[in-house]
Amino acid sequence: MTAMPAGAPAEKVSKKPSLEKGPGPGGAPSASPRARAVRRFRRNRLAVAGGAVLGTVVLMSLLAPLIAGDPNAVDLDAVRQGPSGAHWFGTDTSGRDVFARTLYAGRVSLLVGLAAALGAVVVGTLFGAVSGLFGGVVDNVIMRIADIVMSFPTVVVILVLAGIVGPSVTVLIVAIGMTQWPVAGRVVRGVTMSLRDREYIQAAEASGANARWLIRKHIVPAALPPVTVTGTLAVAQAIMLETTASFLGLGVRPPQASWGNMLNDAQNLTLIQTMPWLWIPPGVAIAVTVLAVNFVGDGLRDAVTPGGRT
Amino acid sequence: MAAYVIRRLLVNALVFVLISIGIFVLVRVAPGDPVRMMVDPEQMRGGGAAFIEAKRHELGLDRSVVVQYGNWLSGALHGDFGYSYVANRPVSAVLGERVGPTLQLMGAALVVALVVSVALGVAAAVRRNTAVDYGATVLSLAAVSVPPFFLGIVGIYLFSLKWGVLPSAGMTTPGGGGPVDQLRHLILPGLILAFVTAGPFTRYVRGGLVDELGADYVRTAEAKGASRARVVMRHALRNSLIPLITVVMYQIPQMLAGAVVIEQVFAWPGMGQLAVSSIGQHDYPVIVGFALYVAVLVLLCNLIADVLYAVVDPRVSLR
Repeated sequence: MTAMPAGAPAEKVSKKPSLEKGPGPGGAPSASPRARAVRRFRRNRLAVAGGAVLGTVVLMSLLAPLIAGDPNAVDLDAVRQGPSGAHWFGTDTSGRDVFARTLYAGRVSLLVGLAAALGAVVVGTLFGAVSGLFGGVVDNVIMRIADIVMSFPTVVVILVLAGIVGPSVTVLIVAIGMTQWPVAGRVVRGVTMSLRDREYIQAAEASGANARWLIRKHIVPAALPPVTVTGTLAVAQAIMLETTASFLGLGVRPPQASWGNMLNDAQNLTLIQTMPWLWIPPGVAIAVTVLAVNFVGDGLRDAVTPGGRT
Repeated sequence: MAAYVIRRLLVNALVFVLISIGIFVLVRVAPGDPVRMMVDPEQMRGGGAAFIEAKRHELGLDRSVVVQYGNWLSGALHGDFGYSYVANRPVSAVLGERVGPTLQLMGAALVVALVVSVALGVAAAVRRNTAVDYGATVLSLAAVSVPPFFLGIVGIYLFSLKWGVLPSAGMTTPGGGGPVDQLRHLILPGLILAFVTAGPFTRYVRGGLVDELGADYVRTAEAKGASRARVVMRHALRNSLIPLITVVMYQIPQMLAGAVVIEQVFAWPGMGQLAVSSIGQHDYPVIVGFALYVAVLVLLCNLIADVLYAVVDPRVSLR
């Protein structure tokens, strides 16, 4: 986006892993790990493009009330209309504006994605830190559980939970959080174990710091850069899962629009053939958003990983 | 080795018990009368309240929760998942006839995905940081970003409706048939599942091969005059494929999730389609049976992955 600050030192000035320092605000700005990460990120064209696209999607969702009309307004005089000046993406079988529904659906999908990913990251950070700090049996048990949970397909968990408890946004967030935490958990465990042998942690322990203090003051700050990466990728995963569940009729329930359930509405051959404006906008919206988040996540990973892309 | 496998088996058995407790709790939470869930509907016909009460006693539903769980689990382990509300047949029979189509879809997709991802991964690793490499990266990211159900609808729109070259639903043409007809039905759903699966595989192949190409033995082989192709194919690729074996085993349960969605789009008569339609019909015994099937599949894949990894790579120590 903006040009690099003039006179910035070459990238390979210091090879110190950024996670050893934490994103402290002090220090020389051009040498701080965060500044270096930002610079590396900006040099990654795919990541910057992803960020720009993502920003646009978020902005359009946020400003939906200003840009589009009521997503649930039924207009029986204008059903099944193709794209026009009045309805940019046409109307559906109840005469609802597809453009408005796509924008409002974005709010739901982004919100569920963010909430579920946040839940997964918080749970994962906690388990990972405990696992790494205590080691031994605790570590073994938590990591075995993580292995199993990770290989359990989230869609099936959502399917079973929604099938028995009934579909809802809450079920979605709980199921995604429940099954996606091990990714962050493993990352935080790794960071914690590498910290355990460091003098400042041992000093803190010697002066009476308990696990809670260590996690809050030392582990979380140190794990923040890699956890941001897994968190970003988790958002992409969560949006994908939400739309999948909603497509199967197990997520966001109509009449509230979600990208997934908009595609569910278009699930018959006549509609697929005669009204492509029903299913192309939500489908493209999912693909573009998830791809953008993945590009940003990838760029972040390369940016905070010392040595960059391998 | 034997001790290692036994230990893994024990861990998996323990996990299965935990999962089954979770599912059992869900069964109890589910609305509906458990007697109806477990008794053959043929016997229920004509039976009044007294009959149901007698059955309740017979099934041990008036006993403690622990006894009930034990009964339920031993039944499930013997293949008795109760009776489907909708089909009025045993769940094991209803699910059993859906296993074949799902395995066919997943098997075909897995073969295609492996071939494509190894080829693409090798090309990307050998021509690192070139257009080929970036293309492979973008493609594999697209594979995990574009929802399979959207790809399915696009596929149906283009190939079935617009150009009319491929069928849009089912495994065979009703009344028709033959291997060619079956293959034509398999192409769209199979390729889409393969695309989704090949994304992560390609990244693993590329990453693994890049690591191996930096190893000392590669330099040795090159120094001894081995051609580039020989070094890559005979030396580095073989080693880099070892971790892929475990990745494939871990990915199989994820493929099942993809199959659930794709079966829904293409009306493929597999387990996933059955599970989704069972939810709409509140057929709880079938949903529970499906969940147990998946749990067993996940644990089995995990176990095979662990053991295979140890067998194939002598460097792995069997803790």
